[in-house]
Amino acid sequence: MKTGIYTVTENKPLTKGVYRMVLEGDTSHITASGQFVNIKLEGRFLRRPISVYDYSESAVTIIYKVVGDGTEQMSNMPVGTKLDVMTGLGNGYDLSKSGDKPLLIGGGVGVPPMYNLCKRLIAEGKKPTMIMGFNTKDEIFCLEEFSALCPTVVTTVDGSFGIKGFVTDAMKDIDYTYYYTCGPEPMLKAINAAAAAQGQLSFEERMGCGFGACMGCSCKTKYGNKRICKDGPVLESEEVIW
Amino acid sequence: MINSVGLQNPGIDKVISEELPKLKKCFNKPVIANISGFSIDEYTYCCERIDKEEQVGIIEVNISCPNVHNGGMAFGTDPKAAAEVTKAVKKVTTKPVYIKLSPNVTDIVSIAKACEAEGADGISLINTLMGMRIDKMRRRPVVANKMGGFSGSAIFPVALRMVYQVYEAVKIPIIGMGGVSKVEDVFEMMLAGATAVQVGAANLVDPYACKTMVEELPKVMEKYKVNNLKDIIGGAH
Repeated sequence: MKTGIYTVTENKPLTKGVYRMVLEGDTSHITASGQFVNIKLEGRFLRRPISVYDYSESAVTIIYKVVGDGTEQMSNMPVGTKLDVMTGLGNGYDLSKSGDKPLLIGGGVGVPPMYNLCKRLIAEGKKPTMIMGFNTKDEIFCLEEFSALCPTVVTTVDGSFGIKGFVTDAMKDIDYTYYYTCGPEPMLKAINAAAAAQGQLSFEERMGCGFGACMGCSCKTKYGNKRICKDGPVLESEEVIW
Repeated sequence: MINSVGLQNPGIDKVISEELPKLKKCFNKPVIANISGFSIDEYTYCCERIDKEEQVGIIEVNISCPNVHNGGMAFGTDPKAAAEVTKAVKKVTTKPVYIKLSPNVTDIVSIAKACEAEGADGISLINTLMGMRIDKMRRRPVVANKMGGFSGSAIFPVALRMVYQVYEAVKIPIIGMGGVSKVEDVFEMMLAGATAVQVGAANLVDPYACKTMVEELPKVMEKYKVNNLKDIIGGAH
């Protein structure tokens, strides 16, 4: 965990309400895919936790959805804005359990954390498949980016693109050794129920601090209470109490 | 910030066997143990146990948590109940006992005085204010518990006012807290009557908040021409 000042070098809409922001600065404290950053915004008391899409040695890319005043404020930030950002938060995904054919499943703004994970799995010689779920065609983002990495399936609830239905409808026809997912809790629950293998699930949560101090995001697991921000956001499927 | 965390902790046994030894590895000075309970028996049980711990310098009795059902705050909103807890805890302890009071009352002074009369060694002011927000899209309270404890820089003027009022009414020291976020707040809190200052919510935004404040104190002392911090306690009266 490290706090530092980062410069916005890109901040542009991908779809209506979903933005990609590139923050230039020290990324040496990011240690795993699936970790998140916590951003201080002027005039807002608590930081905003946002998952990491990808990072290089000198910049971290996040994809966020405007859901309230804080993210609205972020969407209006011009290039050059300086931000106080905490990086390297959360446990992130454990790649060692993936098997040869991991399945990655992202729902809505749960898609972004899959990107760096996908790259890392491929670098380790694995053959991942990606499922991305959206409500409708207009909400789809990053399809080209994922398609360039691995076989990618899209589901839309209204059937306007790809497979009509939920991500679980696409899971049936895919052969996989393990799964990694991120998205809204009802989706995670459905995936866990439908999955033919064990996996890791990244949970969304409101957070006070983001580094394990306030206990605001604690949840019960089979191995006792865990803090989503510090012991998570990634939990193993076998420990989650639904 | 509005929270409904409550009093998440591993219990008195584990605090003694695990948490205190962990703390000792990185902090050598005595610590303040904050104790809460659902009944007077629980308060006395926990205080008696923690009183035997060498590492503990002060026992802070929390009678003001707004998030714990049937307890906590109930003892802190009535002078008689506050006095009862104080009296019971003082009987079983040898260390200084500070009572942490709730701001969700009409007359904070009468409660502070009741605690002092039963032997409290100090008063901690204040705990969180009751507050809430509503998610406008979902039309539901944002916090799962509907209402929660409101803290952060917004409550600083309320905390300051209560410290100021209680300072005039009691002789025992006051630890001031509530929205302290920067070194200037520390200074102001002491002018109102605080002997020491606690920082809560600000740590969640910046984990180095306390360190920064301590490091900046000499600069502020210079700015306001103060040689010894002790000289400013209650300096606004």
